[in-house]
Amino acid sequence: MPADSLTVADGSPDAHLQAVRHLIARHKTLDWLFGLLGVAALMFAMLVFAMLFGQMLVNGFPHLSWDFFTSFPSRRAASAGILSAWVGTILVMLVTAVVAVPLGVGAGIYLEEYAPKNLLTDIIEINVTNLAGVPSIIYGLLALALFVYQFGLGQSIAAAGLTLALLILPVVIVATREAIRTIPQQIREGAYACGATKWQVVAHHIVPYSLPGIMTGVIIGLARAIGETAPIITIGALTFIAFLPPSPFGNSGHLISFDWLTAPFTVMPIQMFNWISRPEAAFQANAAAAGLVLVVMTLSMNAIAIWIRYHFRKRIKW
Amino acid sequence: MSSIPLKPLSPPLLEAGAGQPPAAASMRRSMNLRRRLTERGIEGLLLLAALVSVFTTLAIVAILVWESILFFRTVPLIDFLTDTQWTPLFDDAHFGIIALLSGTLTTTVVALLVAIPLGTILAIYLSEFAPFRVREVAKPFLEMLGGVPTIVYGYFALLFVTPLLQRLYPDLPGFNMLSAGLVMGIMIVPYVSSLSEDAMRAVPMNMREASYAMGATRLQTALFVVTPAALSGLASSYILGISRAVGETMVVAIAAGMQPSFTFNPTEPAATITAYIVQVALGDLPHGSIGYQTIFAAGLTLLLITLLFNIIGHILRKRFREAY
Repeated sequence: MPADSLTVADGSPDAHLQAVRHLIARHKTLDWLFGLLGVAALMFAMLVFAMLFGQMLVNGFPHLSWDFFTSFPSRRAASAGILSAWVGTILVMLVTAVVAVPLGVGAGIYLEEYAPKNLLTDIIEINVTNLAGVPSIIYGLLALALFVYQFGLGQSIAAAGLTLALLILPVVIVATREAIRTIPQQIREGAYACGATKWQVVAHHIVPYSLPGIMTGVIIGLARAIGETAPIITIGALTFIAFLPPSPFGNSGHLISFDWLTAPFTVMPIQMFNWISRPEAAFQANAAAAGLVLVVMTLSMNAIAIWIRYHFRKRIKW
Repeated sequence: MSSIPLKPLSPPLLEAGAGQPPAAASMRRSMNLRRRLTERGIEGLLLLAALVSVFTTLAIVAILVWESILFFRTVPLIDFLTDTQWTPLFDDAHFGIIALLSGTLTTTVVALLVAIPLGTILAIYLSEFAPFRVREVAKPFLEMLGGVPTIVYGYFALLFVTPLLQRLYPDLPGFNMLSAGLVMGIMIVPYVSSLSEDAMRAVPMNMREASYAMGATRLQTALFVVTPAALSGLASSYILGISRAVGETMVVAIAAGMQPSFTFNPTEPAATITAYIVQVALGDLPHGSIGYQTIFAAGLTLLLITLLFNIIGHILRKRFREAY
């Protein structure tokens, strides 16, 4: 490094010592300054987050009332609510979870426990990595052409749920694989030694032991899906829905009906987008309130996921 | 097992359960068979689950390419690449993707100017400087910041950052690429910083110790020892940041406006590729019309750009990989 600054014109040891001390002092200052810069960057990030949350809180909190959750969207900002939005979000998430969890966990188990080392496995692995990097709006285009028109699902809860399921599939697969990879080989060998088949090893040992990790991944994936707006807009979901999908229970003579799957719907981020794009300030306050609910939903899901991870990591020791 | 009197065993039974009573042996054989079938069946199902991701990719490529072929039957490729106007829904229709690419490029550059310096500084600080307690708080916090839905960032850009910037520059229009890019940059910071930090923490401790033993300060160690060693990880975190910025939709659709225009001036409004897709989807275009096909051509362009960056990232990772 800057060795040249050590060679002083005046060769006396005293001056040399002075120069070295000066050099050390300067580098210590630089060191200290960078530490300061790092703290400043962190503070800046926190400040931005505080402003983002504060802005929504100030504008949106006065609108949060019981009525806001139990009213349909309306032409009048003051009486507009998010009933159809949060019901829609829950139903879409239900479809997403029902599709993404078995597929994602199954794929993760296959890749970790079953997959032979061959070309097909390599292709699948590269695929999962690349899919995670595909922009979410591309999934929207896929869903528009495939689910909406090809399968004839229309702009329905089923189409949206399937779209988001494909979107979060890589998250679930990667989480499952990471969870399975932490299980020591002796567990498998022990089970095989007792005469268990591969599936018995997986079902009785691998899955239960990796469950906390899988759950963390699923929740983080769903938290991401809840906030996804672009793919849902792309499939052409309506933004003004002042009714609820048909009830899943006791409808049309059957105990459980699936009419709701094909019903038109709206979800939280779509409702928020709809309100943001209106010029009136009153609607934007509604958007802030909806945003607040959305952020609380996603952050609490993330918090639950982090809690599960820490809680179970402490309990499981190999 | 049961003690049924012995009878001569038929040849196949002999194979399955040699030396065992026949009833038990045949039971055992059928159980083995059932087991084997179940095992194979389950393996097949799991393989199918794994193949869904491959089908997804194939479907994405097939659909984008197919609809784009239909699109390019009407619009010559040369117009698509050289025209500087994008007005597919007007009577005087122009299909110049450059008008959308300029918006995507400008917002991405603004976002990276925020995300890369801030993300790198945070990564170096958290990995090399921060005390344990600070890191324990900062990491979940940044993770949380990355979990905020993008629509909320869009709201923040339009209704907080733009008014703030307008106080500094009163001429700034209500929709502009600057505030969209800045907020997008903030949004990407957690991705860049967390991946970069992971890469830096993976650098073995004894390299740092060697550097300290030579009398280097923490900053010198971080900049001249750890950073070069973690370069491949840093590069991939930047590449990931770029693909996120290119593919980001809601922030730009909300804050940068939806009017396509060929400009690289961040203080102007302009549509990105993603914002255009949203705009079309918000309207009600008939399936199969040229307007419907444009969003797939735009989507294919977007996919090719992200693919390009993924390949660059792959090359960089190989080029700068340091194995310890």
